[in-house]
Amino acid sequence: MAKRGISFWAQLAFTLLVCALLVVPVVLSMLAGVTVNYFVGIKSGLTLRWVEEVWRLYAETIWLSMRIAFACLACTLLLGVPAAYVLARRTGAVARAIEELLVMPVAVPGLATSLALIVTYGGFGDFRRSWVFILVGHVLFTLPFMVRSVLAVLHSIDFATLEEGAASLGAGFLQRFFHVVLPNCLSGILAGSLMVLTLSMGEFNLTWLLHTPLTKTLPVGLADSYASMRLEIGSAYTLVFFLMIIPSLIVLQILANRKRA
Amino acid sequence: MNETFHLDAVPIRLKGCGKTYDGGVCALEPLDLAIAGGETLVFLGPSGCGKTTTLRIIAGLESPDPGGRVYFGEDDVTDLPIERRNVGMVFQSYALFPNMTVIDNVAYGLRVRGVARAQRIARADEMLAMMHIADLAGRRIDQLSGGQRQRVALARALVVRPRVLLLDEPLTALDAKLRDTLRLEIDRLLRELGITAIYVTHDQAEAMALGDRIVVMSKGRVAQVGTPREIYHRPANSFVADFVGIMNRLPAEARDGMLAIGRELLPWSGPEGHVEVLVRPEDVIMGTGDGHLDARVAAAVFLGDRTRVLAETADGRSVTVDTPGRTDLVRGAAVSLSFDPARLLTLPR
Amino acid sequence: MSLPPPNASALADSQFRPLQRQGTGWGWGQLTLGRDPLVLTAMMAPAAVVFGAFFLLPMLRLFLIGGSGAEGWGAYASIITNPRHLESLVSTVLLSAGVTLVTLVVSTVAGLFLVRNRFPGRSLLNAMLTFPLAFPGVVIGFMVIMLAGRQGLIGDLTFKLAGSKLVFAYSMAGLFLGYVYFSIPRVILTIMASAEKLDPRLEEAARSLGARPWQVVGHVILPALKPAFLSAGAVCFATAMGAFGTAFTLATRIDVLPMTIYTEFTLAANIAMAAALSFVLGAVTWAALAVARSFAGTSVAAAG
Repeated sequence: MAKRGISFWAQLAFTLLVCALLVVPVVLSMLAGVTVNYFVGIKSGLTLRWVEEVWRLYAETIWLSMRIAFACLACTLLLGVPAAYVLARRTGAVARAIEELLVMPVAVPGLATSLALIVTYGGFGDFRRSWVFILVGHVLFTLPFMVRSVLAVLHSIDFATLEEGAASLGAGFLQRFFHVVLPNCLSGILAGSLMVLTLSMGEFNLTWLLHTPLTKTLPVGLADSYASMRLEIGSAYTLVFFLMIIPSLIVLQILANRKRA
Repeated sequence: MNETFHLDAVPIRLKGCGKTYDGGVCALEPLDLAIAGGETLVFLGPSGCGKTTTLRIIAGLESPDPGGRVYFGEDDVTDLPIERRNVGMVFQSYALFPNMTVIDNVAYGLRVRGVARAQRIARADEMLAMMHIADLAGRRIDQLSGGQRQRVALARALVVRPRVLLLDEPLTALDAKLRDTLRLEIDRLLRELGITAIYVTHDQAEAMALGDRIVVMSKGRVAQVGTPREIYHRPANSFVADFVGIMNRLPAEARDGMLAIGRELLPWSGPEGHVEVLVRPEDVIMGTGDGHLDARVAAAVFLGDRTRVLAETADGRSVTVDTPGRTDLVRGAAVSLSFDPARLLTLPR
Repeated sequence: MSLPPPNASALADSQFRPLQRQGTGWGWGQLTLGRDPLVLTAMMAPAAVVFGAFFLLPMLRLFLIGGSGAEGWGAYASIITNPRHLESLVSTVLLSAGVTLVTLVVSTVAGLFLVRNRFPGRSLLNAMLTFPLAFPGVVIGFMVIMLAGRQGLIGDLTFKLAGSKLVFAYSMAGLFLGYVYFSIPRVILTIMASAEKLDPRLEEAARSLGARPWQVVGHVILPALKPAFLSAGAVCFATAMGAFGTAFTLATRIDVLPMTIYTEFTLAANIAMAAALSFVLGAVTWAALAVARSFAGTSVAAAG
């Protein structure tokens, strides 16, 4: 039925329009970041001057965001992978409830979560002022993604029988977990890790309230630059941000395609 | 094949082993069973009959209800989990580890026992050679066919020299032709190894081919324990009679040492009065001349090596008759059925 | 081949008698197959502790603080009683509903097209549509400015075509555009995933009975996608309700609920009111996502 009628072309045009809507601004802003003068346009020439400005002004934010993202990854791996195992193992009402609870920080607006953290722990000065305060928010937000990713893989392989197989050969619990269960979850752990890193790098809603002038992350810096700096600097900063997250988005896309194929 | 690779023949004993799950579901009634060392015992029955539960209790994956005990030889292993029972288990889905190559899968049991790498690889290689799959050593599991996976699963279970080999419907996932071939191989392997083997299946042809003894189960209870011939020719009850093969049932009258069936009187040493006589399809003699019972052919199915004929008697009863392949019987043809009294069975009251 | 007698020396072969060997390498003792509740609890504990201490407890405190301000527990009703708050709620709900509707329509057309047709470049279009999934709200606000701001692309185009610049980034329309922007990837992914799982035989049956293409779509496909619509729609609605970053960047005159909460907290320093309002907002979004999950089993991310 490869009849390419008018409806096909109309739908194609529509889809292309939608794609354009999504992609064009990205391209524009990346371009603006390397244009000498956006108002004049690309005729004014290309330059890396704005990117250098961004680095001069906001290097700290970039480092902090990376530090937080990797710390967040470490935390979600340590907390989330065992939790996913437990949820795959026990599928009763309690497990259902725990899954629901874990998803809450994603369901509830970041504003509410951060406000809650501030009213509860805002009094502990050192904690409040350190980047760990932001890390806590990020971990709460990204944990369900890691858990869900690993859980999805566990559900798709019959890991219970694999464990029984290993046990029949004499393997104790830790041996089974590290020799058989974990290695077969790697695809879920990888996808979850990329998701956690990307989400943490881009997290704003929670971070805006949790940050202090000394603990500014990249998205916080972005908001700052959009408000107070010229368009080119904001664009250059956005360009830097894209360059940091686009590789992992691409890998995530590839992983998803491979799973679908 | 390595002539000296031989395994212990450990007898197994089950005493009062039952299993009830949360919610009151009784999967297995308390069971007593003695399995001789080196014997191949087959648990046969439809799904839900308790055969897999029994296997898992022997394996150590489930523990029996309080009071049940499991013995491997002289050792009471009831309180030992599977990791410490030193069993070899082949699962229905093989449970091969996708993250390891074939050789690593086979060597895994040795790895867990602390055997050095060089040595465990060597032993695993030996085992693969014995199963005629040495060339698969470096492959990944998803590159193997069903039959190959089955052999790897067997190799993995055997390399650790288990005290008993447990097989949970290992051939169910394979197609018919492969099943026949592998069945013969497994049979030969089990005999050569001399190991005690417990085999679970719902396929009676498999059970008959492999088992030294068969335990027929239904709804959590043992229906009969016996050799294949005993099960087939002397079923202890209705369930076994119908589950294993096909059984014809005919009403008859027995009096004074004679059995009246159709228009004939046959010498009879069985019970008197109204009896229900059982006879296997291959034991019914079908001809065109004077027999004991007249019937008409209702259907004739050519099965290759035999023809299965459904004959209907005058009073509406159906008799299934198996005759050797080359016959031309059409629907409606008149036939005459005869019986050898030695081949007629009755069920105990 | 006759059976050789059992090899007696094998019994003494202690190399393969692990019952004598204690522990299996890790010295932890023998644990049954993860059915041991202690092991499972221990594995769950770290996540549970972190979650309890940093989410459940604070949420409880937030709830209590919400009722501790000048208006007491009335603060929770202020969403309805206070006209400014009510207006904020209504505009947020209308905005979110509108965004959900538009996104669903756009995503269905584009998503179904991509799933049901094969052509060169298809996977590229696919990637382009799902790619902005992880963009934070702030960046999307910036995108909107690039498109519809004072120096925006749309402004330039309308200037060249019509002589006056169309600038709408800093109004509800701009916010609408921004919300649609980040909603499309999420919704389209859900719809495409659902559409891929549709049984082609249902369509074939309809066609064999004489249905035309548009009838097949209307009578067979769209009804079959209803759970996906409900679940994706609920997620879209919840995300739009709770979105903050985009509104923050586009700021000025827009008064959606998250912004109201923010101004209560920072400008009015009315912590109790902010707490109460954010708690109500949280409850609404959580409820919407629960609805989504009941239709789908899993839910797509809410972020931005």
